[in-house]
Amino acid sequence: MTKQNANWSPYDNNGGTCVAIAGADYCVIAADTRMSTGYSILTRDYSKICKLADKCVMASSGFQADVKALQKQLAARHLIYQHQHNKQVSCPAMAQLLSNTLYYKRFFPYYSFNVLGGLDNEGKGCVYTYDAVGSYERVGYSSQGSGSTLVMPFLDNQLKSPSPLLLPAQDAVTPLSESEAVDLVKTCFASATERDIYTGDKLEIVVLNQEGLHREYMELRKD
Amino acid sequence: MESNQAPQGLMGSNDNIQRTQDPYVTGTSVVALKYKDGILMAADMGGSYGSTLRYKTVERLKPVGKHSLLGASGEISDFQEILHYLDELILYDNMWDDGNSLGPKEVHSYLTRVMYSRRNKFDPLWNSLVLGGVKNGQKYLGMVSMIGVNFEDNHVATGFGNHLARPILRDEWHENLSFEDGVKLLEKCMRVLLYRDRSAVNKLQIAKITDEGVTISQPYSLKTFWGFSAFENPTVGAEGSW
Repeated sequence: MTKQNANWSPYDNNGGTCVAIAGADYCVIAADTRMSTGYSILTRDYSKICKLADKCVMASSGFQADVKALQKQLAARHLIYQHQHNKQVSCPAMAQLLSNTLYYKRFFPYYSFNVLGGLDNEGKGCVYTYDAVGSYERVGYSSQGSGSTLVMPFLDNQLKSPSPLLLPAQDAVTPLSESEAVDLVKTCFASATERDIYTGDKLEIVVLNQEGLHREYMELRKD
Repeated sequence: MESNQAPQGLMGSNDNIQRTQDPYVTGTSVVALKYKDGILMAADMGGSYGSTLRYKTVERLKPVGKHSLLGASGEISDFQEILHYLDELILYDNMWDDGNSLGPKEVHSYLTRVMYSRRNKFDPLWNSLVLGGVKNGQKYLGMVSMIGVNFEDNHVATGFGNHLARPILRDEWHENLSFEDGVKLLEKCMRVLLYRDRSAVNKLQIAKITDEGVTISQPYSLKTFWGFSAFENPTVGAEGSW
């Protein structure tokens, strides 16, 4: 029997865009709720945001089955952490765990593009951004997914992070207030929805601060 | 599955290992929606062998346990294997004899894990599954694809149904559809599929699941209309053509 070439791919791109912005004492994590395949929309009401811990929320886009599997993995690991340490995992620790989990499948990757958002050990907002195999970095803001090429330059323009080459290292978190950051996120998605076919339907915004977790929604164009 | 022995790298070329398939006998779309009392699901009874409509009495809707209904499109033999797994799942659930029973959400989760796990081994079950059910008044309707992509919604469809039926459902579905309206809506979708999907056959079953249980209808056919003047006199305006 001659070697056949695969007539199916184990991957699919289910689209969507994720954004996270870190503030002085809050973090905003947002993603659209559209799930697509090819040129079809599978559902308009699918959440890409997963709460991993009290102070740690992840938004992921890409291949939904891998995203789901990744979320399950991390949630399970968090449960073990809680049993062993008798406390919730901190955001920086979860960030490292996510990176290791992704790299573990370096040779059959999770097709998942993630942004992790939360509060660090000092209560300041933190955002970590990843590629599919676990390369990560703490930043003041980030976007991933099909609309990231549209959103990222806009965020660069608005949030003007100081250069990482400066010493001493300057805070990358934005001086914007919580409501200003939320408005900024809404603007990002309204714009991305216009030009990215995989982004739209509804926007889910999660805000993490000292009081806890607050969730809101905004309608987006459905075409 | 039994012939998957030695673990292979991504591009292993051991000819004894069965991996990556072509589907042989396939079923076409399944369409389902939530209505007032539960879930309605429809599928035709065709099993195509490539472009031949080989089997015309394939039941593609099956009850699972007390609370769920499974519809499948794609490779029929893989569907039968899935039913076998589910039989075992429900059996073990019943053997606990603890008054609990697996609801549709749990069955959907199980199916998702099975499909994803097979995809990871590069040996997928070539199906798109629709899982619907009601438990304790809570309605549930979800879908899983052959690579593990899954979601739940108020209405779902597989294959061609995604392209032809979903738009109709998006336009006309609303909360608390009555049973009659739900059936009419499903039949509208199935009729469009019958006209436009070449693997569709005019022999379908509609299944309903409510808190009371599962009912799968006897096979029946839809009325179709072909009396368009252009069909009746196809060569008018172009004598000699066909």
